[in-house]
Amino acid sequence: MTGAAALAAAGRSGLLRPRRDIVLPAAIFLIFALLPPFASLLAEQYLVDLATRVMIFAVAALALDLLVGYGGLVSFGHAAFVGLGAYAVGILSAQGIDDALISLPVAIAVAMLFAFVTGTVCLRTKGVYFIMITLAFGQMIYFVATSLAPYGGDNGLTIAARNTVAGLALLKSDRAFYYVTLLCLLATYLFCRALVASRFGRVLRGAKENPARMVTIGFTVRSFQLVAYVIAGGLGGLSGFLLANSTEFVSPAFMSWQRSGELIVMVILGGVGTLDGAIVGAAAYLGAEEWLSGMIENWQVIFGPLLVLVVLFARGGLIGVCARLWRWFGHA
Amino acid sequence: MTGTLFLVQVLNGLQLGVLLFLIAAGLTLVFGVMNFINLAHGAQYMLGAYFAVAFYGVVGNFLAALVLALLAALAFGLLLEFLVFRHLYDRDHLDQVIATFGIILFLDHAVRAIWGAAPLTLPIPDVFTGSVMLIGGQLYPVWRLVIIGCGLAVAAGLYGLVTYTRIGMLVRAGATNARMVSALGINIKRLFMIVFGFGTMLAGFAGIMIAPIISVEPGMGDNILILALVVIVIGGIGSIRGAFVAALLIGLVDTLGRSFSIDILRLVMGPSPARMVGPAIASMLIYVLMAIVLYLRPAGLFPARGR
Repeated sequence: MTGAAALAAAGRSGLLRPRRDIVLPAAIFLIFALLPPFASLLAEQYLVDLATRVMIFAVAALALDLLVGYGGLVSFGHAAFVGLGAYAVGILSAQGIDDALISLPVAIAVAMLFAFVTGTVCLRTKGVYFIMITLAFGQMIYFVATSLAPYGGDNGLTIAARNTVAGLALLKSDRAFYYVTLLCLLATYLFCRALVASRFGRVLRGAKENPARMVTIGFTVRSFQLVAYVIAGGLGGLSGFLLANSTEFVSPAFMSWQRSGELIVMVILGGVGTLDGAIVGAAAYLGAEEWLSGMIENWQVIFGPLLVLVVLFARGGLIGVCARLWRWFGHA
Repeated sequence: MTGTLFLVQVLNGLQLGVLLFLIAAGLTLVFGVMNFINLAHGAQYMLGAYFAVAFYGVVGNFLAALVLALLAALAFGLLLEFLVFRHLYDRDHLDQVIATFGIILFLDHAVRAIWGAAPLTLPIPDVFTGSVMLIGGQLYPVWRLVIIGCGLAVAAGLYGLVTYTRIGMLVRAGATNARMVSALGINIKRLFMIVFGFGTMLAGFAGIMIAPIISVEPGMGDNILILALVVIVIGGIGSIRGAFVAALLIGLVDTLGRSFSIDILRLVMGPSPARMVGPAIASMLIYVLMAIVLYLRPAGLFPARGR
């Protein structure tokens, strides 16, 4: 076999995939990194705000993709973690504690604790029961937030100012906050990539394909799933921390079940089980919202049917469709 | 005095319970027979209420509006089944969740675009306006009693239908093993359509009956959907009996919890913390109940056999 033929064979069998796999995430992060100077060049400041929101939700969507795409655990209560993180920032700030060195760890820890407690119960169930019990727990925390009268109840809670970092107002400017968010997204992405590639990630995927076999091999599948659930919860808390700081406002609406649904939509829209898809999906969803809502008031009337069409005809989401087009052109 | 208040709240709880049963029955049947999780079921309840208001505006008679709205709800449900749902039956649950979520987005906002965001009202039929005197002198609206009566009648009829008729037998068999039923020469697609249409009509019926005492608004089906999901999960997915027991349980626990949580908490803490913690605990109650049930019995109280 000649070198070229071997190379082609290796390319087909996926041995060379890692090289191509790096193109998309590199492009995504490059675009995010270069966006603020371009936006100010074009005098389109709203692009930076939009991209900030995209990145914040992408953090949560990445965590959800870890569960849905790699663990086979369709969690329909993911917004609860985001909301808990946001409320941790809001309540601490209302108590006069507004330093990120305290509120960030608290936001993540609270979300992880909630994930641990509910995960212990949820993971006893399977399939559709799991979807519904996570949904119900999310709803539970939503109603708790609406009845928190001292912290705004239904109306939510305004945060006086963005968190300081060790007493310095590092997050005050939108530009600085943007890059901090980008850093968080990058860290989350790399963390998830490493996790998925690790032994832990392989056990998780094995449990998705065939739990009985993994148990037979000798893995306590449920503890692996619980750890994944707690990690995803913590990342949701991080997203909530960023969200609260970006909007300087927290509200029970952050954790309504529709929000959880939107997060799942982002993951599916981009391409489930790819990690890149979570970021693409967050950008596609929020971009579509921005674009369609500029055209008509009830933009969901268009987006809803679009979503149905994506489910029916575009398996693998945007990334899947692009990969198929790529292959199609490649072989044509 | 507390006795009568308790009675009133028990009746309210029953009313919520039968309402939940009407919605959960369709949801659990559709899931049991077709293995299909339909989040848009709550939107169909909303549509029932909107159709009733719209037809009432045209014909001006509650009964006629009820019949027309039921037919419209049925027709719309079958249309959705034909266009979307039947292509999802053999997909995994994630796809079903996303697609039906898309339909919720569409319906909630289509309703908003057509009828506006402001709440609409439907008058109670003249015969049933007014209140009855309960033991202890408390007045109770007749319409709520009518809802309870209708709900119980539907439950009894459904029980008869499922237990004693051929179609009921097929539904039970389908819930146990749909593929086997199909192999025995039953047109499973038609059975699916009948079950789905029936479930849609029950949800629409619930929406029509509740419309006179709540405000009819976009998104009204979303929260009741979650309660109905809690009901079918506690009852055991696919089980009508389980849905009935769980619906009444949830209705009573939720209503009584909300009315008496502060009073009960005041036994163990001061009045002001009780007022603060009470509502939070009350709203958590049914979810905690569900968590306990699922922890002890991961497939619900009355799991349908065969799965």
